[in-house]
Amino acid sequence: MLPTLGLLLVCQLIGEVIVRGIGLSIPGPVIGLTLLILILRLRPALAEQLRATITVILANLSLLFVPAGVGVIGNLEVLSEDWFALLVVLVLSTLLAMLAAVGTFIGVRRLTEGRSP
Amino acid sequence: MTDVANLWSYLSTSPLLWLTATVLAYLAADGVARRLDNNPLANPVILAVLMITPVLWFTQTEYATYFEGAQFIHFLLGPATIALALPLWDNRETIGQSVAPILLALLAGSVTAAGSAILLAQAFGLSTEVILSLAPKSTTAPVALGISEAVGGLPALTAVLVILTGIIGAVIVTPLMTVLRIKDWRARGFSVGLASHGIGTARAFQVNPTAGAYAGIAMALNALLTSIIVPVLVRWLI
Repeated sequence: MLPTLGLLLVCQLIGEVIVRGIGLSIPGPVIGLTLLILILRLRPALAEQLRATITVILANLSLLFVPAGVGVIGNLEVLSEDWFALLVVLVLSTLLAMLAAVGTFIGVRRLTEGRSP
Repeated sequence: MTDVANLWSYLSTSPLLWLTATVLAYLAADGVARRLDNNPLANPVILAVLMITPVLWFTQTEYATYFEGAQFIHFLLGPATIALALPLWDNRETIGQSVAPILLALLAGSVTAAGSAILLAQAFGLSTEVILSLAPKSTTAPVALGISEAVGGLPALTAVLVILTGIIGAVIVTPLMTVLRIKDWRARGFSVGLASHGIGTARAFQVNPTAGAYAGIAMALNALLTSIIVPVLVRWLI
């Protein structure tokens, strides 16, 4: 568990240093994620050593959003008198984004998989 | 009585109490969600938040005090994002075969997520400042806040809209995909990760590991693309 956590933190640290050093507008962890994929590419055997801890983290990803979720409930007044319109916009726009993504994904997959035998 | 008061003044100011409360509330929420077969309405984030909020209200605890304890959990969002490297690595072969669907679905989804939010908000007559805060709502919170600030939105409003978008997507994805009869876990995961970032990705991992991996890809790629697309859409549409 600890070696895995150590490696994740090191990747995040390097990611943050790169992002802040170059002044990129993407989050440090995204760079860290890319870095870990590169590490796995160089040392594929590492995957099995990381698996136990990472499986626990990803299976409980929802836990990590609880503090932010509590903050949102306490801060709902920023929605002010627009709250109903905002809620409708969020539901419709989320629905449309999912439809656009899933429709395109399935459509393109059928086209490209149809071409190959 | 003073002993109780002393004990409370210790507990209420130490991070221990709210850290413990957050973990226990999540364990209870996760237990309820499992007992209901991970029904989309029994979302563990919503359930845990609904358990903690009344306690904070009842004990008159400020969010800042709560967050002193909860920050240790919040901090793990960074390492958890990096942990997504493993499912991506596991799925590297199928990902390699679906580069075209991934990139085109990313483009279509990302433009629709931001574009539809702007157009719908205009149709509802919302103020420009609110629309600018809304545009990056499908992106993971740290990126969304940066975009909101850059285009002139209100980051505090964006933070709330991002979390609500995550919860909405996590709740509607399963019924939506069932109605559409879409059984491809890659497509299902990708669409929820794109539209609803980390909370959607958490939902995808709850349902299927392949869906989780594709949700993670969509979330990461959408974070990159939205930061390019929103400033452009804002110039065109507003």
